[in-house]
Amino acid sequence: MSGSRRVTVICCVLLATSLIASVLLLRRVDQVRTGATLEEVLYISSPRALKALSLGYSGLLADIYWTRAVQYYGNKHHEGARRFDLLAPLLEITTALDPQLLVAYEYGANFLAPKPPNGAGMPERAIALAEFGIRNNPDAWQLYYNAGFIQYMELRDYAAAADVFARGARVPNAHPFLILLAGKMAEHAGDRQMARMMWSTSYQTTKDIDVRANAAAHLRALQVDEDVTNLEALTARYQQQNGRFPASFSELEAAGMLRAVPRDPLGQTYTLMPDGSVNLRTPNDFPFIEKGMPADYVPPPSPKILPSD
Amino acid sequence: MTSRIAHIASNTFREAVRDRVLYNLIFFALLMSAAAVVVGQISIDIERLVVINLGLTAVSLFGMVIAIFIGIGLVSKEIEKRTLYTVLSRPVRRWEFIVGKFFGLAGTLAVNTFLMAIGVFVALLYVSHHFQTQDGWVLVALYFIILQFLIITALTLFFSSFSSPLLSAVFAFSLFVIGSFAEDLRGFAGMTHGATRWLATGAAYLVPNFSALNIITSVAHAQPVAGRLVLYNSAYALVYATMAISGAVLVFERRNLK
Repeated sequence: MSGSRRVTVICCVLLATSLIASVLLLRRVDQVRTGATLEEVLYISSPRALKALSLGYSGLLADIYWTRAVQYYGNKHHEGARRFDLLAPLLEITTALDPQLLVAYEYGANFLAPKPPNGAGMPERAIALAEFGIRNNPDAWQLYYNAGFIQYMELRDYAAAADVFARGARVPNAHPFLILLAGKMAEHAGDRQMARMMWSTSYQTTKDIDVRANAAAHLRALQVDEDVTNLEALTARYQQQNGRFPASFSELEAAGMLRAVPRDPLGQTYTLMPDGSVNLRTPNDFPFIEKGMPADYVPPPSPKILPSD
Repeated sequence: MTSRIAHIASNTFREAVRDRVLYNLIFFALLMSAAAVVVGQISIDIERLVVINLGLTAVSLFGMVIAIFIGIGLVSKEIEKRTLYTVLSRPVRRWEFIVGKFFGLAGTLAVNTFLMAIGVFVALLYVSHHFQTQDGWVLVALYFIILQFLIITALTLFFSSFSSPLLSAVFAFSLFVIGSFAEDLRGFAGMTHGATRWLATGAAYLVPNFSALNIITSVAHAQPVAGRLVLYNSAYALVYATMAISGAVLVFERRNLK
């Protein structure tokens, strides 16, 4: 082998090995530095200072902060964390850098407002974020929806929710649901019906996959709550008529009270207990449920949010 | 072989030290450290923070500028002045020339960093009147800065092996900027799906990771640096520089110098 050829072969081998080694080492570095970027982010916590430092490239910086906010919440949620202290400042910085980034406000409404472990438990800051968005994007009906959503879901302030939905309904090209929601809020509609309406609107109008999956999980939970309520009402009626609870759903079918064995939103059959209560077979697949849990059920620290589709 | 590389390296070092631009940049770096003292005096309670942040940032940026602007001329200047033919007509291999140039510039940068670091520590002593244990982390940050210089020097050499000085500078500077956001880039890649995810992840791993080598802010806040990070970063800088140098040798071996 000539000298030049030998050098070429050695260099090619070195190039390939170094490339593989660099990737492996980077993965190690990432493991050591988990969350380091985010911790460093907030050494400069003033959105105004960051905007000045971005030298006019605030859009790009906003995208970077937006990615960091999503990653921060995703990682923390996956770990089953109960505190999401950096989520609010990250979203505030993101929206200060790019006030037109509507998805950040939507994310705030969905994950900043709810109580842990489903969110940061900061509804007031989520409202402030949504109102900041409305001031900067007065024609974006989604922001009024987000603000009303938090007012209703987290703060149970019907008057404030009705007001913000009504304001949103006046925006050109607003979703027709807003006027309906404003009316329902004013008359304090049944909670489950209202919640279903809200989550359905979120599910249909969002473009963010996390927000959509969250809305789908809530809709499934509402369906389970309703199913279990209805089924337990049937078992109670059966007990009144026959002096005992039904042993299976087939007995309810035979009695003409059910058309078929009922299934949960993921297709599993419900379990009928000897005391007439109805349970889910896989309650871990249904975060946010209020009914259908076995008596000794302990929910996982990190809620399992299934993909929406 | 080793003596030939050492000879080229020492010549490169001498040539770089003779360069007036180099002296100017050192002067500016020291000036920045002096400015840090002034800013430190008007910043209540955060004098040390400001001195470390400003001092290390100056060391890093000035070093980067030196690495890029000296690095781009390492090959092209030798061709332009026709000194390369004199060198290669002796029993010196092309790869030895590239490796020698790399070590020469890396040595220059290490000496520069050492001088600028003295400036930073003098400024630090000036504002706090004594050194603290946590000031040791500043040395780790300086070590990481030198690792950054090794990577950028190798990359600049790689670009200058096939491109014009101007384009080499543009490429190297762009990679420095992109590499400073490498972790965010991997974050972006993680949010994509399908083939885009593979492509984006590949690109994110290919660019040099300068963000993990920049710990200026955390050492300014006296946060300790994990020993494993020092180990992995050292190994990473070594393999990345090897990769870039191998690329430079491969290109230079095939380059028609007639």
